[in-house]
Amino acid sequence: MARMKFLCDADRCIECNACVTACKNEHEVPWGINRRRVVTINDGKPGERSISMACMHCTDAPCAAVCPVNCFYTTADAVVLHSKDLCIGCGYCFYACPFGAPQYPKVGNFGSRGKMDKCTYCAGGPEADGSKEEYEKYGANRLAEGKLPLCAEMCSTKSLLAGDGEIIAQIYKERVMKRGYGSGAWGWKTAYREIIES
Amino acid sequence: MGSRRARKTGEDVMASFGRFIRLALGAWALLLLVTAVPASAQQVNPTASSVKEQQLLQELNRIQGRVSIPDQRSGVLEQPQGREWREFRNVTLRWIGGIAILGMIAAIVIFYLTVGMVRLEAGRSGRTIVRFNGFERFVHWLTATCFIVLAISGLNITFGRPLLLPLIGFEAFSEWSQWGKYAHNYLSFPFTIGVLLIFLMWIAGNIPSKVDIEWAKRGGGLIGHDHPPAYRFNAGQKMIYWIVVIGGGLVAASGYALMFPFYGTGIEGMQMAQIVHSIVAVLFVAAMIAHIYIGTIGMEGAFEAMGTGEVDVNWAREHHSLWLDQQKARTGPNDGQPQPATAAAE
Repeated sequence: MARMKFLCDADRCIECNACVTACKNEHEVPWGINRRRVVTINDGKPGERSISMACMHCTDAPCAAVCPVNCFYTTADAVVLHSKDLCIGCGYCFYACPFGAPQYPKVGNFGSRGKMDKCTYCAGGPEADGSKEEYEKYGANRLAEGKLPLCAEMCSTKSLLAGDGEIIAQIYKERVMKRGYGSGAWGWKTAYREIIES
Repeated sequence: MGSRRARKTGEDVMASFGRFIRLALGAWALLLLVTAVPASAQQVNPTASSVKEQQLLQELNRIQGRVSIPDQRSGVLEQPQGREWREFRNVTLRWIGGIAILGMIAAIVIFYLTVGMVRLEAGRSGRTIVRFNGFERFVHWLTATCFIVLAISGLNITFGRPLLLPLIGFEAFSEWSQWGKYAHNYLSFPFTIGVLLIFLMWIAGNIPSKVDIEWAKRGGGLIGHDHPPAYRFNAGQKMIYWIVVIGGGLVAASGYALMFPFYGTGIEGMQMAQIVHSIVAVLFVAAMIAHIYIGTIGMEGAFEAMGTGEVDVNWAREHHSLWLDQQKARTGPNDGQPQPATAAAE
């Protein structure tokens, strides 16, 4: 099976936020939650870069390691998913996540957290693939339909790549070779303990 | 009206002329660029000045930028220090908690089996003296019941996954933990009030004094038949008091930081709060196990103090002699001669 990863080619990202919008629309993500966001570093200064970031579906995922109720699981495609039926909304995965991916709908009093929500790599959840229950809790399951995550599919500059780690790394390497520069695969060292030599 | 219209037309003319100039300049610039690109492509390196991930991480241990969505906190792109927190939560804390709590239980069991219950040496006198009034006992039990629920639901978060989950399965454990979380969040409020009241109502008797040094030197009289003098609270009880006040204050403050995410704390703040909260909490639990022991099966006649509120005069004489003298001085010498042991009502 493939080892699914995200790769944002920061030298191509133009901060159009199409990935953010596509994600929100495709999964009908609740108000106030963004499974994906675009962060601009050194905004307005020379060398500014924008990076589209969501859950990176880490190797040896920290969220899964610290979850008190063990609600995370990794699919055969190495996508890190979780069960909202088991999640108790404690916030621990959020403390552990290096990418700020887990978010909680604000329910009830004070800041009390509802069931955690995060990027599913368009792979749904533990419910039957493509079922109504799955869609309501986690959004669309494009992977089960043989499609890749919509954020990457819709990227206007093909900056955001999704797919098997080795293949997208190869694409990125070729790009870097051809154009002569590349600021690296952001987050890869933290998420996958590897970097793409360029 | 007419002149304004004329001015407007004048502006229109100016604007369209400006557009033409811009267009011409743009076309010229484009032409320049197109012809210049092949020559300069080799020298331009757009990443020469670009931000580098590793460099940013080394500088601040996190990468932060600007986002255009309303949730400004999502501007933190990367913060790998969650890894250290994970190590603490999954390994360090379990060791600290395991050693503190199991160590305390082991020490108490050994103590109980070797020394046993601290008996009333003179037996019961049959006459009692008020030690804690109704309000004091209410505050004590309010805090105590909250503490027990908080301790169990808290320990469940740290130790439940390896210990309880395999026994009862995912669904049951999740359900139980969900209720545990609600209980933990909501009971924190009465618990905090209880700690605050304990702090206020018993502060007078819990200021360390010279008597405590003597008491501590004699090991509190736990071993042998020693009964070092003490006022209303001996050094051991004062220790419990300050553990409750300081420990309770720390768990409350750190707990509220976790309960109200991003109110004055960022992610590092919450990681720190969790570390403080959990370490103080497991040590607190260990200390309270000792407190529960000495207040129940550890010492004859001690539980009544918080049960009925009245202790036997002989218990007061043996464990709080100076306090008993104070009380007698206040109420008159009617308790001068305690009954001998044989007179105790069986």
